[in-house]
Amino acid sequence: MHDNLVEIRGLHFAYGSRPILRGVDLTARRGQVIAIMGSSGCGKTTLLRLIGGSIRSTQGSVEVEGQDVAGLDQNGLYRLRRRMGMLFQFGALFTDMSVFDNVAFQLREHTNLPEPMIRDLVLMKLNAVGLRGAHDLMPAELSGGMARRVALARAIALDPMLIMYDEPFAGLDPISLGVTGNLIRRLTDTLGLTSIVVTHDVQESLKMVDYVYFISEGVVEARGTAAEIKSSGLPFVHQFVHGEEDGPVPFHYPAEPYGVDLGLNHA
Amino acid sequence: MLDGVRKLGRQTIDGVWRLGVAMRFFMLTLLHSGICLRRPQLVIREIFTAGVLSLIIIVISGLFVGMVLGLQGYETLQKYGSESALGSLVALSLVRELGPVLAALLFASRAGSAITAEIGLMKATEQIAAMEMMAVDPIARVVAPRFWGALISMPLLAAMFSAMGIFGGYLVGVVLIGVDEGSFWSQMQAAVDFRQDILNGVFKSGVFGVAVTVIALFEGYAAPPTAEGVSRATTRTVVTSSLAILALDFVLTAFMFRGA
Repeated sequence: MHDNLVEIRGLHFAYGSRPILRGVDLTARRGQVIAIMGSSGCGKTTLLRLIGGSIRSTQGSVEVEGQDVAGLDQNGLYRLRRRMGMLFQFGALFTDMSVFDNVAFQLREHTNLPEPMIRDLVLMKLNAVGLRGAHDLMPAELSGGMARRVALARAIALDPMLIMYDEPFAGLDPISLGVTGNLIRRLTDTLGLTSIVVTHDVQESLKMVDYVYFISEGVVEARGTAAEIKSSGLPFVHQFVHGEEDGPVPFHYPAEPYGVDLGLNHA
Repeated sequence: MLDGVRKLGRQTIDGVWRLGVAMRFFMLTLLHSGICLRRPQLVIREIFTAGVLSLIIIVISGLFVGMVLGLQGYETLQKYGSESALGSLVALSLVRELGPVLAALLFASRAGSAITAEIGLMKATEQIAAMEMMAVDPIARVVAPRFWGALISMPLLAAMFSAMGIFGGYLVGVVLIGVDEGSFWSQMQAAVDFRQDILNGVFKSGVFGVAVTVIALFEGYAAPPTAEGVSRATTRTVVTSSLAILALDFVLTAFMFRGA
């Protein structure tokens, strides 16, 4: 069995002529919670989509459990995805189904389990995220934090080996933030999963991750444990961790000199 | 001048490209339709959403169209003393033309727009992406059942429209104006041919059903995942499918009733 569940080597990706990733190396070991951090638009979510095989890289490789994701055909990819879970930014629950049916979705699609057994499994998964009592509700009746917990229960329905979280903390109140962070850690440990969390919530994620990758301008700018990141002297990491307005990531979008734009002097 | 030609060329290429993508999408839908036989409850649910929930608008519109036909038909026919032919006029107009065409137009605005908006929003809220990540093909699970559900509903709705229209014509012609009931029904029975009129009408509505449904599904699936994108796609579904229905109706009528 491979000790590294996800291995990314020299990964390049571009949307048209706009490069997004320019040679990313990343490893996720089994049982770890990995955080991928970086400012908005730096390619974090793209990285998750590359691991899930939704898009293909232009250069470099993504291996999950030793399989090259880009080399898989649709059947192979679907076989691999049955062992992966993904938590989308706002949950992406099916709005025409109840909470129960959302969690039962994969069990009904991919297994021939009898309905009473599906019911027990769904209630167990919902209990793990503290929402067993909400199984009859519709997604529209849930708060943002609850919707994300239901989506988490749905993601673990088939006991995957890997779960990817796309901005799991975005827009949550402090209580839901703590609950979600604890859940990610607890589920990873108790179910023996590997978790990859894409986030820019530094404080919450540094509490519970094993390893952090900082991405900037398409490359891994820094990496290390939470303690190493907190004490990092790198200007970009320092700016990010302490939320400073200006630094390697400038406050101003590149523009002509201010005076030229206002017609005060000529370039 | 050159810019105009260039723009026209680009629009033509875009249009042809889009048509090709839509055809590929249609073929993929057919290829992934096996699920509808394995799990018919998925199609039944869509028949309910697209068909049963469209019944009210179809029934009421059919009734009024039939009543108007009764009134107008009587006005014209009585000039020539042939008001007894009212039954055949109402029935033939409805079964051959108005039933399939108007039912399809109503279906495009009621069910077609709903399908586009639903799929567009599923895409915008990442539900389609989530399904793909769960190793479930959205063409098979979301698109194919909606296609067959709507396709089965369309001829049934057109038949319902025609039946209600005939009833509306009867109400106005026989009950209200007093045209002889016996000649109303017997003339209708004599004039309407099962294969030539009724089956052709059913075939027409089937073709319209395919056109409306494919347009609605494709527009939803190809919509940019934004509020504006979904809103534009919904409008395009109604406009494109209405034009497609009218154009197809001309072509089909030309072939079916040539020299009849």
